[in-house]
Amino acid sequence: MARGTFTGGIHPYEGKELSKDKPIKAVLPKGDLVYPLSQHIGAPAKPIVSVGDHVLTGQMIAEAGGFVSAPIYATVSGTVKSIEPRRLATGAMCNSIIVENDGNYDEVEFKPAKPYEEMTPEDKINAVRQAGVVGMGGAGFPTAVKFAPKEPDKIDYVIANCSECEPYLTSDYRRMIEEPELLLEGLKIAVSIFPNARGILAIEDNKPDAIAKFKELTKDEDKISVKPVRTKYPEGAERMLIYACTGREINSSMLPADVGCIVDNVDTLCAVCRAVKEGRPLMERIVTITGDAVADPRNYKVRIGTNYRELLEDAGGFVTEPAKIISGGPMMGFAVFDLDVPTTKTASALTCLTKDEVSALEPSACINCARCVEVCPERLIPKNLADAVEHGNDKAFLEMYGMECCECGCCSYICPARRQLTQLIKGMRKIQLANRKK
Amino acid sequence: MSDLRRVSSNPHVRSKTTTSNIMMWVLIALLPATGFGIYNFGLDALIIIVLSVASAVLAEFLYEKALGKPVTVGDFSAAVTGLLLALNLPSTVPWWIPILGSAFAIIMVKQIFGGLGQNFMNPALGGRCFLMISFPAIMTNFITDTYTGATPLANLKNGIEVNVMDMIIGRTGGTIGETSMLCIVLGAMILFALGIIDYVIPFTYIITFVIFVGLFGGYGFNFSYIAAHLAGGGLMLGAFFMATDYVTCPITPKGRVIYGVILGLLTGCFRCLGANAEGVSYAIIISNLLVPLIEKYTIPRAFGIRKKAKKEAK
Repeated sequence: MARGTFTGGIHPYEGKELSKDKPIKAVLPKGDLVYPLSQHIGAPAKPIVSVGDHVLTGQMIAEAGGFVSAPIYATVSGTVKSIEPRRLATGAMCNSIIVENDGNYDEVEFKPAKPYEEMTPEDKINAVRQAGVVGMGGAGFPTAVKFAPKEPDKIDYVIANCSECEPYLTSDYRRMIEEPELLLEGLKIAVSIFPNARGILAIEDNKPDAIAKFKELTKDEDKISVKPVRTKYPEGAERMLIYACTGREINSSMLPADVGCIVDNVDTLCAVCRAVKEGRPLMERIVTITGDAVADPRNYKVRIGTNYRELLEDAGGFVTEPAKIISGGPMMGFAVFDLDVPTTKTASALTCLTKDEVSALEPSACINCARCVEVCPERLIPKNLADAVEHGNDKAFLEMYGMECCECGCCSYICPARRQLTQLIKGMRKIQLANRKK
Repeated sequence: MSDLRRVSSNPHVRSKTTTSNIMMWVLIALLPATGFGIYNFGLDALIIIVLSVASAVLAEFLYEKALGKPVTVGDFSAAVTGLLLALNLPSTVPWWIPILGSAFAIIMVKQIFGGLGQNFMNPALGGRCFLMISFPAIMTNFITDTYTGATPLANLKNGIEVNVMDMIIGRTGGTIGETSMLCIVLGAMILFALGIIDYVIPFTYIITFVIFVGLFGGYGFNFSYIAAHLAGGGLMLGAFFMATDYVTCPITPKGRVIYGVILGLLTGCFRCLGANAEGVSYAIIISNLLVPLIEKYTIPRAFGIRKKAKKEAK
């Protein structure tokens, strides 16, 4: 029972017209490249180079630190300058490998482990693991782990998450318009790993040209179909998208595989295709540089590790002084206080806004209007959860399913009293998750 | 340019709706009923409305000043309370009634419990019920120069025939704002269109009430009898503007249905079985008191949580 949408959600200002019509521009890094060892969920990667080593483009510089982990590759040729903690867009410090770019871009030779036709599903998964592919929509879950569920024959849908519901972001859209075959090929590879799977391209209906393009491309495919989903934030949240496409529900402690689904983002599937067919590791991604403060907002094909400041300079810098700079989109992104941070595997955008609508807001009294309840895609009562947090009542928070929150931000967005509902709930979730680990 | 910038937690954008513009729209939606009240009852009504709104706002201002709290009259919620109270008063009351009622509503019902969002009962109705109990004769004097008889609802109760058309338009005796079903529904349409109030509470309320009156009213499902019940008294004003008061209605989707049903049953009981002709105000404030209980038992299951999983978790 696929409804094409979920209950709740919001319609924020989209802002996509700033960058959606400009072609992707490839940009080469100028300064040093920074490779944080934690660009994914799971154990940090372990460096296998030392200071002073010469590395080539596409050479592995850090190996996976465990089963749920991913290796990291150099995206330029040059010399390893240091291995030291650097600041990430999230504000956290992370041990990073810093490579001085020699400007030659000497590459290692890429070749697939086997010709594609001879590959078994295991070979394909290994190729994806070896290439360091992780979910590039934001979570950074290692894709190879996702592709290896306990019962592969129970997977019946592989969903390509092409909804791109986050305001301002157009990187997935541009990729769909410019390299649809690559994405489709990636999806086909993912589908071929599971004996009973079908592929779904879930595209929000505000991208009619992308929908038309993929309908045309898939008209002779019997295992791949296009599913237009309603334009609404957060349609592209994994749990919401599975519901929209299949009518199946999962909670925070389940994986999509538990209901027979695998969900992958556009860039991820493109990386899967490159990894399996060409043996190329994950080295680049599309990053949207946008916002009303940017002179020439557009999408860039970026070598991972490139400094955000370089991208911003290429986009013409600021036309007006931005009040807020966000790594990611305005709904789920992280506000950055410093531009000197590297792009990572999960860095989707840099949004520079001339207005800071939020920092100076004074929350006022809750008027119990229930708007947060109406918009919550997880069917929670954000108001009660936030009250529980303010009162330090862990028990009530957990009883009211506080851990199910997906931190999408809808409740804070809609709140007429301007309460920081998402922030409160998010904070408590962090505390609870830390307690679980103990 | 400075390199360090402000940060804050996501999301970094906000909707345009704020508490004060919601309250503003409620005031605007009450204008048709207010206007009709003034047209129907004349200058007396206007004076009562002005006194009531002004004293509600002033009471909030003085209380907050006196206690050194931030002054919140700018959110218009006190003005809404004052206006709703005025619409619930007969036009014949002496000048000090709206002042006393507003002050009681704001200070005793709203502010003492912590101000906006903390009151357990609709302030306007709390104020009205306080006045009803304290000054029953003044509060039920509906005899004006235009309308000399009892209210249509009282006639209905005593088996006297009423003119349903007049009741729908509002050309009858009653409190200032309750008489015109037409104007109230018009105002409610504005709120529905803007998504400020939702359909669930008013409609479950009215449907339950209709069924109750049909079964126990003594006239069966007689069209004009039921229409007279709907158009008479404070039912429309109560269902659309006071039962839907954010602060005192449940926020859970199921809770709203239960709340509407309880309202319908209580109003039906008071009107058909009670001693008075009217019962909307009491039905609403009693239901208000049940809200925490209703909410407690109607917390929805979160997305993806199955019934079985819930039991296991416990």
